Amino acid sequence: MAKVLFNGNSAIGEAAIRAGCQCYFGYPITPQNELTEYMAIHLSRKKGCTFIQSESEISAINMVFGASVAGVRAMTSSSSPGISLKQEGISYLAACELPAVIVNMSRGGPGLGSIAASQSDYFQATRGGGHGDYRTIVLAPSSVQELADLTYKAFDLADKYRLPVVILGDGMLGQMMEPVEFRYEAPEELPVRADAMRGAKGRPSRIIRTFTSNPATLEELNWSLFRRYQLIQQTEVACDTSMVEDAQLIVVAFGTAARIAKGAIKNARTAGLKVGMLRPITLWPFPTGKVKELAKRTRHFLVFEMNMGQMIEDVQLALAGAGEVSFYGRTGGVIPTPSEVLRVISRLYYQKGLK
Amino acid sequence: MAELIDEMGLQDKAVGIPPPGCAVFAYNYFDVDMAESAHGRGAAVATGLKRACPETIVFTYQGDGDLAAIGTAETIHAANRGENITSIFVNNAVYGMTGGQMAPTTLLGQKTTTSPYGREKRIEGYPIRMSEILGLLKGTVYIERVAVNSPVNIRKAKRAIRKAFQVQIDGLGFALVEILSPCPTNWKMTPLEAWQWIDNVMVEEFPLGVIKDTTGKDDAS
Repeated sequence: MAKVLFNGNSAIGEAAIRAGCQCYFGYPITPQNELTEYMAIHLSRKKGCTFIQSESEISAINMVFGASVAGVRAMTSSSSPGISLKQEGISYLAACELPAVIVNMSRGGPGLGSIAASQSDYFQATRGGGHGDYRTIVLAPSSVQELADLTYKAFDLADKYRLPVVILGDGMLGQMMEPVEFRYEAPEELPVRADAMRGAKGRPSRIIRTFTSNPATLEELNWSLFRRYQLIQQTEVACDTSMVEDAQLIVVAFGTAARIAKGAIKNARTAGLKVGMLRPITLWPFPTGKVKELAKRTRHFLVFEMNMGQMIEDVQLALAGAGEVSFYGRTGGVIPTPSEVLRVISRLYYQKGLK
Repeated sequence: MAELIDEMGLQDKAVGIPPPGCAVFAYNYFDVDMAESAHGRGAAVATGLKRACPETIVFTYQGDGDLAAIGTAETIHAANRGENITSIFVNNAVYGMTGGQMAPTTLLGQKTTTSPYGREKRIEGYPIRMSEILGLLKGTVYIERVAVNSPVNIRKAKRAIRKAFQVQIDGLGFALVEILSPCPTNWKMTPLEAWQWIDNVMVEEFPLGVIKDTTGKDDAS
């Protein structure tokens, strides 16, 4: 298929439909409304499909829960304050081992915050987000093309590992228009999981539940989840590196921040500074191994985020003291410019005496 | 309910949504598929399930705290959308599982662990009549309040539940049966006193009978 011009939010909607998403539930919040509206146009009257504008984000995520119980591909989307409301449901989905896709086109916080792009939800997304001992896979696209590609992948990963998958974008990615190629055609028949719960026809009745009065049973559930998480950490890490071969300084950035850093690094290279970039695509599982590997070439890392410093903790954990980590961030919805980041890179480069 | 699931041949296609609360173990008591929801979210979970697979017969089983306090929004909006689901609403005027705290349906003057001086309208507000509220919504088809404090009333309750399931089978929309249910433990009464309290006190606030019926035909039973 040829490339078409799409805004990021709508691209997620189109990719979700092509991934066989049967049910979408959402509640209006800026800056992700184009996605809800896209689904209202393209999913609500599609045969066998459901679109509901729910009464709250809490309802939306619980409708996703119900649809996932019935074995279909289901999705909800929101932005930061709304994602906080969905955390109850995400915890229950994780506990019940139910697949779902949750999109967070995040904005400035805390509180109602701003409607401008931010990456302040990194902790919330990568540490589970709700109550209890669990993780979600977190995908961090940095272009409209990648929003589409990772949307297909999110549904596949959710089904494969039976857990909620979070796509962590931001308001800028959602609003920007870029050429995108949709690499898949919508399936002829909407996929239904083999373990769909639709009545006990021809089999004993089943129970999906999160409550157990026996702590030992619950501990075993947690062990079973964590064995799966270990497998995910071994097999599903995704990241992108550029110009790291001779790099004296490596910038670590994801999503929109990585797009900004790319421009800064390009100009740094023109000025003769040996700067490279590591861009995590999965924020959880975090590319810990790649950070360790890069630390064999240089000790100097600059973490750049659109927040006050959250991913930096994962970089520090990965390095375990094997490198020096600096940080630069803007938050609240402020979008730094490439020249601003270039100044930070240049200053750091010379302060550290890099050649 | 379990008798009706057999009598109406629903075992193969029913999915129940039990709640947290007194009925949290309901998933063990019905031999049908059961998917427990978060507290108060039964109507939203049922909505997602029923929309994803309209052939299933979806029922929620919810207490008064679940349906009429924390889940008020989910319940009202599912009802107002006319979701084709059946809600069984067990009203015992207390939070039972957590030890007898004040519920949205606790009567004025009723003592609970969190209204130890008796519910007072000036301080704790009034008991909420959720079924009457739901009856005002255009999306609801059938709402009835029953009690399970005597063999006669239990038979009436069964008839109401049968009808509520039939509404869903016929694809008519949202049906709910509110069931006044004794909680001798938290009411600090003997079982007999609890039965009598429903008749003598509780029905004053929550009168029994059909609150809404737009099915336009006779009782399916």
